[in-house]
Amino acid sequence: MIDHPRAEELLDAVAGWIDCVRSELNPRDAFLARVAANALSVVRRELLQGGAAEAAATQRLSELLGRDGSLPELNADLCARLREGAMDRDTPGLLAALKANIVEQIAIDQPNYAPEPGRLA
Amino acid sequence: MQGEVFEALKGLAPTLGGEGAEIADLQRLSGGASMETWAFALVGGRGREELILRRRSGPFDPEAARSVSLEVEAALITAASAVGAPVAPLVHLARPQDGLGEAHITRRISGETLGRKIVSDPRFDAVRPGLARQCGAILAQIHSATPPAGLKTVDALEELARYEEVYRNSGAERPILELAFQHLKKHPPPPRPAVLLHGDFRNGNLMVDPEQGVAAVLDWELSHMGDPAEDLGWICVNSWRFGRSDRPVGGFGEYRDLLDGYVAAGGEEIPLSRVLYWQALGSLKWGVMCLMMYASYANGTEVSVERPMIGRRVSETEIDLVTLLENGL
Repeated sequence: MIDHPRAEELLDAVAGWIDCVRSELNPRDAFLARVAANALSVVRRELLQGGAAEAAATQRLSELLGRDGSLPELNADLCARLREGAMDRDTPGLLAALKANIVEQIAIDQPNYAPEPGRLA
Repeated sequence: MQGEVFEALKGLAPTLGGEGAEIADLQRLSGGASMETWAFALVGGRGREELILRRRSGPFDPEAARSVSLEVEAALITAASAVGAPVAPLVHLARPQDGLGEAHITRRISGETLGRKIVSDPRFDAVRPGLARQCGAILAQIHSATPPAGLKTVDALEELARYEEVYRNSGAERPILELAFQHLKKHPPPPRPAVLLHGDFRNGNLMVDPEQGVAAVLDWELSHMGDPAEDLGWICVNSWRFGRSDRPVGGFGEYRDLLDGYVAAGGEEIPLSRVLYWQALGSLKWGVMCLMMYASYANGTEVSVERPMIGRRVSETEIDLVTLLENGL
């Protein structure tokens, strides 16, 4: 059923247009057009994955900190505890929660990024 | 601007190449707001020489600047060359009467600087396995050089303090960056005498030749005095491995080769843990730099789409930092 263009369709339309004009641009603008197309890809992934990632991150930080709150509140609380030394690398569960959150963030920002390898067990 | 630079070079040509020497094929290569790079040829009695002009277009404030003056950069190139490190040799340091302002001219070395090509193009397959060892040897040479006067000395805690201030002022709250700052501040490496550092020794600032490997070390403007492991760690930062995170040195080699090459060329034994510390500090610095590039967009200083997109690269440094911490940093 055709209702109205969804956000992803609008993104696809703009990305398609950038692709069409890219070859006609001078090198600097062609580079920026590629960056712009990448920006649209980030927005597309954030639309699709962002909600679930944010909910999961909120849940993880809530468990880690032993309190409820919005993601910005929990994030600020965690930063304050780290800054004050109340939590550090050896705090149980800290690295696992941070790792799980950042894995979901990088899946939005740069899904092809090859991260630092973990030490082989 | 091209005309002005051409006229100044034309006036300088007899000094550089003897009576009757001429300037040809002047071309601007790149340039930010404050620094210009030009390629040109000097055609005279000795034939044709390919040269590079580096020239500051804006005013230079030695107190505020992170980078050194072009005069100091010229002295660094000469000092590195004197100990055998591969550089693009200095041809001329501009004098006031040259009309070029603050500038220097070096020879143009051919090769590849694009990191992605160096790590993946088959043209470099033959030299790639030797690059990490070669980089270690070159760093040992640079670190043994006599530093020109006037360089700043920076240790790990000072560097962390500088970047933490920038991070705090940005207002960002990123738990992994916060953890990294606190962890690195708590576990600094034992102090040691400062040596001359390149300051930006990474894949991207190396001119690599498909036959001889590293042909020249470029971009000396961030040179300073400090911990030798700072240079050794910077080339291992995952952000300059160009997709080859499995090859920790620049995306082309192994830690062991880098450190063996360093010792074989007369450098001290440096524990891998010290290199990993500086590698992590390097990722943290790059993360803060990415935040600042986004900030320059957010506050309206820059309007290019490139700036906010670089802000989305902070997470790459965060995943690398949390992994380094998991690995026992």
